[in-house]
Amino acid sequence: MLGGYMGKGLRVNLTSRKSSTFDIPEDWARRFLGGRGFAAKILYDQLDAGTDPLSPENKLVVATGPLSGLFLPGSGKLTFACKSPATGGYADANVGGHLGPEIKYAGYDVIVVEGKAAAPSVLVIEDDRVSIRDGSRYWGLGAIETEKALKDDLGEAFQCAVIGPAGENLVKYACISHDFGRQAGRCGVGAVMGSKNLKAIAVSGTRAIPLAKPKEALEKGKQMYLSCFSKPGFYEWTPYGTAGVTDWVNEVGSFPTKNFYTGYFEHHKQINGQALKERILVTDKGCFGCPIPCGKYSRTRWQGKEVMVEGPEYETIAMLGGNCCLKTIEDVAYANYACDELGLDTISAGNVLAFAMECYEKGLLTREEVGREIRFGDLESVVFLLSEIAARRGVGALLAEGVKVAAERIGQGSERFAIHVKGLEVSGYEPRYAPAMLLAYMTADVGAHHNRAWAITYDVAVGRDSLEGKAEKVIELQHIRPLFDALGLCRLQWVEIGFELHHYGEIFPLVTGIDYGWEDLIRASERIWNLTRLFNIKHIAGFGRKYDSAPPRFLEEPMPSGPVEGKLTGAKSAEQLLDRYYQLRGWSPDGIPTKQTLAELDLIEEGAAY
Amino acid sequence: MRLSKRDELCSGCRSCILVCSMENFLKADPTLAALRIKGHFPVPGKYEVVLCDQCGECEKACPTGAIYADGEAYRVKPEECIACMACIEACPKGAIWFNQALGAPVKCVLCGECVRYCPRQAIVDETGEVKWGGEQAC
Repeated sequence: MLGGYMGKGLRVNLTSRKSSTFDIPEDWARRFLGGRGFAAKILYDQLDAGTDPLSPENKLVVATGPLSGLFLPGSGKLTFACKSPATGGYADANVGGHLGPEIKYAGYDVIVVEGKAAAPSVLVIEDDRVSIRDGSRYWGLGAIETEKALKDDLGEAFQCAVIGPAGENLVKYACISHDFGRQAGRCGVGAVMGSKNLKAIAVSGTRAIPLAKPKEALEKGKQMYLSCFSKPGFYEWTPYGTAGVTDWVNEVGSFPTKNFYTGYFEHHKQINGQALKERILVTDKGCFGCPIPCGKYSRTRWQGKEVMVEGPEYETIAMLGGNCCLKTIEDVAYANYACDELGLDTISAGNVLAFAMECYEKGLLTREEVGREIRFGDLESVVFLLSEIAARRGVGALLAEGVKVAAERIGQGSERFAIHVKGLEVSGYEPRYAPAMLLAYMTADVGAHHNRAWAITYDVAVGRDSLEGKAEKVIELQHIRPLFDALGLCRLQWVEIGFELHHYGEIFPLVTGIDYGWEDLIRASERIWNLTRLFNIKHIAGFGRKYDSAPPRFLEEPMPSGPVEGKLTGAKSAEQLLDRYYQLRGWSPDGIPTKQTLAELDLIEEGAAY
Repeated sequence: MRLSKRDELCSGCRSCILVCSMENFLKADPTLAALRIKGHFPVPGKYEVVLCDQCGECEKACPTGAIYADGEAYRVKPEECIACMACIEACPKGAIWFNQALGAPVKCVLCGECVRYCPRQAIVDETGEVKWGGEQAC
């Protein structure tokens, strides 16, 4: 038996109310590692091409990694995956906290949720004991309220994943929430959970995770922590967490501002990491095993109401702050709280709200249609729109579909400033003068998400006019960063404090007993990347190059203000980058993996249909 | 060694719990750890370290002598435990836990690894004998 893995998956069918376990094949571990790799394999094999993402036929896969739940830095990450209601393609969203480890302690590497419950339900897992319980008393509650109520009812030992009203109402960017402020945010995973009438998953476990070489794994784990403690970033980065990058992104003119109209927000010092730490911070809040807690738990007040919220972290600051022009950290924190309680992804929500505000400014949405005036920079507008969206009330029904669909319905040129790729709203980096970052957004498998390749630092380091080496760098990052999601780890020790990658190659065999080094792990990550590509080809009719395109604003409008005023990479360069990218990946000029590429990656069986 | 805690520094990461179970049992199993972290969320938003201070009340309460003093720490002889739970009830800190698999309680034996590897220095050795790992790493 392999170490690191529990060796079992749990399959729960909410329609039949039956659950069963299945063995995790060793071949899966060797080829797909775990986490998002297992999720991609399960979804690719088991979902039919025409599956409606919000139908009982879609599956919600909850996947841990072989290194999660262990004594090593950042071992608390968990993947939620499904067919995305936002893009119609592959979706995964990642969450920290303590749920991933708990699922392993309960004895499972993955949980596959199928079907649809007849009434609102809660899935409760205590080691071998699996029950589907009545969830009607939680239905309609906010995500934070629900988690508190569940812990009160079941006990503190339970780790919970919950949805808010947005998930219940199938908002296409509803998230899944955990640990009072952590979210599997992107791609509408919360809507898929809601479509199954599943309000929450609660897990408590009492088992040990097996280890191939326990003594060596312990010693290596200790070495890894000590190495983190020795990095200057351990002391400099941790106090501010991800919010600390706000000033830099403004200095390089890539801070999403006013629906990505520009890349510099003049009020950024009022919503940065320092403002957070000095004005609203209550405590640092770490995920499982994390030496550098980016979680900042805060308190803010608005219209006489005091609220607690985890954050705001950088993405929320960018999307609800800059992009909606909220000018103080207190306002951003309150908007963050509203999203968290309603169960909305702050990235997509900030993007959608800004789109609606621009439509309003341009007269494409009227006061009558919206129900009131809405303005950039106005927290009342933000809170109003968020609650309309979560309830799918009034204009909220339209905006709940995301910017792609909303723009298609509104028309009148609004498609030009609907900022998405593949139907997923762009996250917190303005890429029009950052070619690698632009390519990263164009080619990310789930749609426009920075977590696959945070390439903007490379653009700034080597020069933003140059295309040289950019496609190579994006591919390198697209293998390294999602590898963490396959292993069940957080990448921020590496990204933020410079913790060296070789450590992961060294601990993997000690934990699992699989004789892989770093290069083998990267190869597996490339395999997973090609498998999610195959998923998109299978599920999206006509999928190919035209889906790897950026919004017109990024390709045609030079930056109107800020440090990179007048700059633009442009459509022609974007196409050149894409050509190079496909060539390096061994894909056709239309972005389809060739038979030879699939054979080289040991994806012959999976690629047979294409 | 004399352990004390600084709750205000704890970020709830539970690295201490994993290093504890690994050091003492070579198992990645939080139920074998001799300390716990309680989170108080959503309000007031703070963590609490639940830690043994070697007060000895468990030893006094044990009817079979399964808990005994060994230098500065009190230890458990699992084979002499009758699972009466007297020690659990007697512990004023709630820092001793009965483990079903062992058939005996788990308690702190002052190995000091939580002090070395807590990233936040939220657990310290008042005597200075065991130091935070970061001091040697820097």
